[in-house]
Amino acid sequence: MPVLARLFAGLMLFLVLVFLLAPIAIVIPISFSPSTVFSFPPTGFSLRWYENIRNADGIIKALWLSTQIAALSTAVSLVLGTLCAIAIVRGAIPGARLVSTFMISPLMIPGLVLGIAFLHAAREVGLRDGYIPLLLAHVVVTMPFIMRTVLASLALFDFTMVDAARMLGCAYPAALWRVLVPNILPGFVSGALFAFIVSFDNYPVSIFLVDVHTKTLPIQLLNQLEMSPDPTLAAVATVMIVLTILALFACDRLVGLRRMAAV
Amino acid sequence: MTAIDLTAAKPVVRRRVELDPRLVMALPSLAFMSLVFAFPLALLMAKSFQGPDGLTLAGYNRILGDAYYRGVIWDSLTLACRVTLITLLFGYPAAYALTRAKGGFQLIMFALVFLPLTVSIIVKTFGLTIMFRREGILNWLLLNTGLLDAPVRFVFTEMSLVIGMVNVFLPFLILPLYSVMRMLDARYLDAAATLGTSPLNTFRRVFLPLTMPGVIAGSSIVFALSVAAYVTPGLLIGERYMTMSMVMAKAFLNFRDYQLGSAMACIMLAIALVIVFLSSFLTRNLEARGR
Repeated sequence: MPVLARLFAGLMLFLVLVFLLAPIAIVIPISFSPSTVFSFPPTGFSLRWYENIRNADGIIKALWLSTQIAALSTAVSLVLGTLCAIAIVRGAIPGARLVSTFMISPLMIPGLVLGIAFLHAAREVGLRDGYIPLLLAHVVVTMPFIMRTVLASLALFDFTMVDAARMLGCAYPAALWRVLVPNILPGFVSGALFAFIVSFDNYPVSIFLVDVHTKTLPIQLLNQLEMSPDPTLAAVATVMIVLTILALFACDRLVGLRRMAAV
Repeated sequence: MTAIDLTAAKPVVRRRVELDPRLVMALPSLAFMSLVFAFPLALLMAKSFQGPDGLTLAGYNRILGDAYYRGVIWDSLTLACRVTLITLLFGYPAAYALTRAKGGFQLIMFALVFLPLTVSIIVKTFGLTIMFRREGILNWLLLNTGLLDAPVRFVFTEMSLVIGMVNVFLPFLILPLYSVMRMLDARYLDAAATLGTSPLNTFRRVFLPLTMPGVIAGSSIVFALSVAAYVTPGLLIGERYMTMSMVMAKAFLNFRDYQLGSAMACIMLAIALVIVFLSSFLTRNLEARGR
């Protein structure tokens, strides 16, 4: 490639990075601004919006609910998905390709469509309470992310090690637990982290399943944004951004970022 | 699967069935996904045909027979097209530059492209609305650099919607392109150059065709996400630009018009499936030609 084309591509990358990071970065100074209206450039420094998080209606409660739903749905997907992935990779089920497509297909369905479908189903079986439908729906939403990473890790795993463990007197479940699980742990970590983020950030599926008492964080934040847009939101957002960066950093140490992004 | 269901239904016959443990492992997840994923989707399709007395096409008729709703579908599709084209225009060269960057630097820039994907979409859209304000950073920059004399209104314009959606979906295009470009064997490019091909022709005849799978994968993801987008259009433009998602959400959350909402959801489902099949067809076509 000639120098000019390279320069152009480099410039594009620079512009793209600035553009991608700007809306995230802008939130941080706003959260420390002393005034109620968002203004740029900021005029001072204050932590009042961080103190306000505690008083803001329902944010802490929503945060706790979202954490629960994300952690539980990720755990359930992890167990169910891994068992299924092992069966697929070992060729134990007829039509293994079809099965893996089926398990990954929620990824291709628009979120709102899934949400509406869940709403119909919850009504049909008479589930009125918000928590259980929300949890079940989030297992479906997180499943594809677990399946993708675990299937990719299993493709590289040598199953003769499990056979060896069994020959040495280990029962099949114990062999999986003590040989397979430690070996594909990086896949678990990256899949689980991604699944957690996807569930934690889900809006379009949850919006049809929440009720007054069970509101996840994205729903609560968007409500707040429409009702009373003050920098408290920027403070919450800043906390979330910092947590995300820490999680990504930890993940890079554990498994490598590119592996997590599955590229 | 049926064989197991039968034995479960008749517990009296305590015959010991030789089950492959690996098959047993797949059953819980398959049962779960059939009940919690496939059943609701089937139910949704059934509901879209349900009328007060038996089967009806009324829901579809109300959408496809109404110029307003046809316009909404058209607007959603053209919006998605615009967003996809712009992301491709910026994302393709950016992905290329990313693959050419040196080791540690490349990882840092990769992390910066990946980071927005993990930040909540609400946070990003919130940041965008702040930037677009009259007294926001965008106007401040444009005024101070002398590009503008008076502040421009960005909020609630179609331009801000397109810019916002490009911002949210750009990483979904760059990542697949990056992985394809990274795997590309640089020797092909050297070979083309050695054989006297001009740089432009090398790009057109060698580099572009070889990266086409990434283009197809990335742009179909961006298109699918843009057609279905809800949070970003809702916050950036609201009801000034009605999309299929907005109609669906309003039908369910405000008007309780389940027939209309379900039919619209099924139309969107059909569009999503067409995208999936089209992209896998194109990819396969490409592979066949490569051979």
